[in-house]
Amino acid sequence: MASEVTHENVIVKQRRRITWEGCSVLLDVNDGDRFVFARLTGGSKIKVGNKNYSLRPLIGCPFGSKFQVEVGADGPCLSRVTSTAEGKSSDETLDHSLVEEQRDNRALVDNNTAQSLTGEDIDDMRRRGATGDQIVGALISNSATFGKKTAFSQEKYRIKKQKKYAPTILLKRPFARSICEAYFKKYAEKIGYLRVDTLSLMLSMANISSNSDVLLVDMLEGLVTGAVAERLGGSGYACNTYYGTTPYPSSIIRMFNFSDETCRRIVHCSLAELRSDDAVFASPNKLEDVSSNGTGQEEDIACPSDAILQTSEDDVNGDIDATSEATGCTKESKSVKSCGKAAPEIIKLWKKNGFSSLIVAAPNCDAWDIIKELIPLLSHSAPFVVYHQYLQPLATCMHNLQMEKMAIGLQISEPWLREYQVLPSRTHPFMQMNSSGGYLMSGTRISSCEAE
Amino acid sequence: MLPCDPTKSLSFDRRIAEGDLVIVYERHDSMKPVKVSANGVFQNRFGAFKHSGWIGKPFGSKVLSNKGGYVYLLAPTPELWTLVLSHRTQILYIADISFVIMYLELVPGCVVLESGTGSGSLTTSLARAIAPNGHVHTFDFHEQRAASAREDFETCGLSSLVTVIVRDIQGEGFPDELTGKADSVFLDLPQPWLAIPSAARMLQQDGVICSFSPCIEQVQKSCLALKSSFTDIRTFEVLLSHYEVRESSMRSWKDSDGGLATLKACKKRQRSTNGEESSKPLSTVARKCGETRGHTGYLTFARLCCTS
Repeated sequence: MASEVTHENVIVKQRRRITWEGCSVLLDVNDGDRFVFARLTGGSKIKVGNKNYSLRPLIGCPFGSKFQVEVGADGPCLSRVTSTAEGKSSDETLDHSLVEEQRDNRALVDNNTAQSLTGEDIDDMRRRGATGDQIVGALISNSATFGKKTAFSQEKYRIKKQKKYAPTILLKRPFARSICEAYFKKYAEKIGYLRVDTLSLMLSMANISSNSDVLLVDMLEGLVTGAVAERLGGSGYACNTYYGTTPYPSSIIRMFNFSDETCRRIVHCSLAELRSDDAVFASPNKLEDVSSNGTGQEEDIACPSDAILQTSEDDVNGDIDATSEATGCTKESKSVKSCGKAAPEIIKLWKKNGFSSLIVAAPNCDAWDIIKELIPLLSHSAPFVVYHQYLQPLATCMHNLQMEKMAIGLQISEPWLREYQVLPSRTHPFMQMNSSGGYLMSGTRISSCEAE
Repeated sequence: MLPCDPTKSLSFDRRIAEGDLVIVYERHDSMKPVKVSANGVFQNRFGAFKHSGWIGKPFGSKVLSNKGGYVYLLAPTPELWTLVLSHRTQILYIADISFVIMYLELVPGCVVLESGTGSGSLTTSLARAIAPNGHVHTFDFHEQRAASAREDFETCGLSSLVTVIVRDIQGEGFPDELTGKADSVFLDLPQPWLAIPSAARMLQQDGVICSFSPCIEQVQKSCLALKSSFTDIRTFEVLLSHYEVRESSMRSWKDSDGGLATLKACKKRQRSTNGEESSKPLSTVARKCGETRGHTGYLTFARLCCTS
């Protein structure tokens, strides 16, 4: 009964819709222009424009709420905006004007003279306490060409000015979907260019569900491990394995709001231990003796060394940044414990029953090298999926699996994803599209012995 | 199908027992679901297979027929089920299903509403995502199809996780008892905009809705209807293409004499399969399969606005 109660608590925490002190959040600045992962503590801040704003007002608010810069009693701060009637009415006027849109841009000359408000005028307005929206309104009324633009063009102009003078921050829940998208957009290299639809396919193809024992090779900073742990919901295990003695870095796991129970289920175990006959390893030092027998070091060279050397707190890169408070908190690691070493009893169980599925995300390593070692660790009829950036290694791997009769239902798939803009009279696919989400090889392990 | 019992770790080392559902794998594009019974016999072009010969073997085993042919017996998963279930309606396939589950942010414990049930392809995957504590409430206005779906979920062992209700969601909306209880809602209806206001009442704030529609006009109407209570409205298309892999000795240009190559090539290929002659070492080559799905439907997602 006690374990049932814990299970409920795990689920409730993960699905909580109101932020709490110390929780991890994803902040979306200006509708996707910039993503910031942060931890909401009393002292955490975010930089917008050239000022730092405290994140304290965000604590206790529901995920999905929007914030804007306001000039409050103590100076500029972030304050919550509820969906404004203003926002809605601009959409309505837009819809009305669609039918009779006669304007076009034949007379508009782009020579930078249309706006009569100067930079100093704007600073002056700010000093006198004008809100961002008021500044945008002033810019529009002082623009000589605004009235001549088409309704669509006016809307684009308004949105552009709002982003600059009245930036908004959307408080998002860090879920596999939002974390993967944020990284893919801004720092795809760190996650091996794994696109969100590819990640979702991996979770399905590997039949991830609660009470599963999942074996993983995750060289994507823990993104795949986190997504798997999310679907395990505090039961089963997600075991990260590696050749040699050092697990791969997994800084992204910290960003999920995992409870202690879920974190306990994310473990690591070297390949040597999973395969050896002796399940008891007293200390990490002993591992070095075992792995030096194999060709572990040579294998590692095939993989990019920076993946192993990078420190896990190193999130300050490009437009994905962690506030200084966030990195400070992760060093404490009081509430976030992840990737403990697998206990010997569990390893024994895995050796006896096998893992229920396998996911390999090692986009720069040879796939067959990894697969041939790990497939024997799976239960019979267990599914597996391999993600790779390149097609050829998967083709070779698939061919070898067929020759060795280790698996059936083998398939190489390439996912395709396209987003659409759906607006009245302006529906079309987005102008920009990502063309490659990588390749997936999937299959099911079969029993090697012939039926009698 | 799903490991609902936390005391048993999910392990396909479990032996096949009477009453189990197995997926009989004949070829990669030919599989059938079979319920194992003590006296059952499975017949196909490879011969007759007695179920009694299957009982006690582990899943994943290769079993022989009376004629010496063989099949593999696989443990059922939602993916395999989607490929073998009987189609009463057009179904969703893995590409759309997996994307929907990820975007609806479904995790164990969630409550999800679905309309229409159709053949239960997506429903099976929804059940896996929310097991063991969540629930799927699925609605279909066709009584017979709802009954068939209930039978299927019984066969798959999912009855405790899925409730099938006969109801016209477009006409009546979702039932009041579910107000504010849903984490996510999925709509696969001809006129989803009629169901959207009701869906908005069912969802928790920041809950996610998804509408699947084959036609862009439906998508436009749905997006218009979503604007009043929803935000972060996004529309996608997902597709999957497959690659075939084979061994090939890519002939060198120099090995042939111009046009004579075409004549010689036929003979060369024959000879190399007999092992008498091979011009170059074999290499593995891959290329996309010719025929592929061009379109299934547009997926529109949105989040319920925060009002509190």
